[in-house]
Amino acid sequence: MCLAIPMQVIEIKGGGDSLLDPPVAVVESDGIIKEVRLDLVDRSPGVGDYLIIHAGFAIHCLDAAEAEINLRLMREMAEHMVEEDNGGQS
Amino acid sequence: MKYVDEFRAKDLVRSLSGRLHEITTRPVRIMEVCGTHTMSIFRHGLRRMLPPAVELVSGPGCPVCVTPSGVIDAFVELASRPGITITTFGDMIRVPGSTGSLADARAGGADVRIVYSPMDALQLARQEKERLVVFLAVGFETTTPTIAATILAAAKNTTGNFCIFPANKVMPPPLDILMQDPELQVDALLCPGHVSVIIGAGAYRFLVDRYGLACAVAGFEPTDILTAIIALVEQINRGRPEVGNCYGRAVTEEGNRKAREMVRTVFTPVDSDWRGLGTIGASGLTLRREYERFDVTRRLEIRVPESAEPGGCRCGQILKGISRPPDCPLFGSRCTPSAPVGPCMVSSEGTCAAWYRYGDTL
Repeated sequence: MCLAIPMQVIEIKGGGDSLLDPPVAVVESDGIIKEVRLDLVDRSPGVGDYLIIHAGFAIHCLDAAEAEINLRLMREMAEHMVEEDNGGQS
Repeated sequence: MKYVDEFRAKDLVRSLSGRLHEITTRPVRIMEVCGTHTMSIFRHGLRRMLPPAVELVSGPGCPVCVTPSGVIDAFVELASRPGITITTFGDMIRVPGSTGSLADARAGGADVRIVYSPMDALQLARQEKERLVVFLAVGFETTTPTIAATILAAAKNTTGNFCIFPANKVMPPPLDILMQDPELQVDALLCPGHVSVIIGAGAYRFLVDRYGLACAVAGFEPTDILTAIIALVEQINRGRPEVGNCYGRAVTEEGNRKAREMVRTVFTPVDSDWRGLGTIGASGLTLRREYERFDVTRRLEIRVPESAEPGGCRCGQILKGISRPPDCPLFGSRCTPSAPVGPCMVSSEGTCAAWYRYGDTL
């Protein structure tokens, strides 16, 4: 039930009035386009940002720098092993 | 797909699996408490990539599964009342209570509709003003803020024919209870990803302090899960448990404050009954007095009946991580996804459903 997926913001709409015109983002992933509410995100997204979407709401604005760090740590963990392997063979 | 494909890269998955094999020197039991993790682990065949010494057990990570049968019975009874429209996430609809499921009620003429968002339920209430539209508020910390935001929208719009049936639960109290259970011996916890987006990695620190439990927050791609398992094994090897955050692109130490604030505005903690675990203090949420007009159980004075679990069903033990699905006498014979007896076989994130669907690939 806690399934949530990253989707990219292609447009920000509304926000003029929290009741009649709440802020929403138009998001896209793999050709699927939908509107999501921004009531819950802790950082206002801009076009091009990635949001984690759950039940029609953005619950997090992905941090691109953190994503790179995340990936780098994984690669380091994996490479660490390769280096050790090479070390063992030589 | 950015932020997805990179975390599925096959060579990275293979390397991480290799690394895990290298560092695993003794048996490690890891509990995962997120149904989406359970499904991801099975779907990506991760169990086959683990060293034999690493054992994964599923805990109470599926909100539909931990909802006791008495609450399901109350949902079904409410659905049969005239003028009521029930709205729910799709997972709940086929879960059998003691007198049938919501799907059975619908077949009998009840108005039961599946929605993608609680906002869709509110929208429906605005369109069908003659009906009382009730959203079944089942879910953990990931889902509850979306319900809180919907209640606030309903209050602003003075939508009088919208209610929820509050059955939300929070994760830390049952984890605390589980770790005290002498029957359950786990060395480490794979912490849920999207619950942690909201509550933050810091929310698990008490498990480290109290029980010396190794903890790691994980995302949902294969590399995310393998990285977190490596982090857990490393913590155990070093003898220094901590809360590792292996899902840094989505989870911070303190989580999403704005979402939590919205939940606090609308909800207040109550004791809550969990299937398999019993009543746990402050593990559920109900609406605060200012918003209790949106609580259908108050508005219609609904009493939740006693829960009676189906005979022979081991869902309770499975949710505690003490039994595995094949240990249940009903599994795969009397209980299958097309004719489920217990909730763990119904929900797409249920442990039994995952074992049934992917079990032959183990």
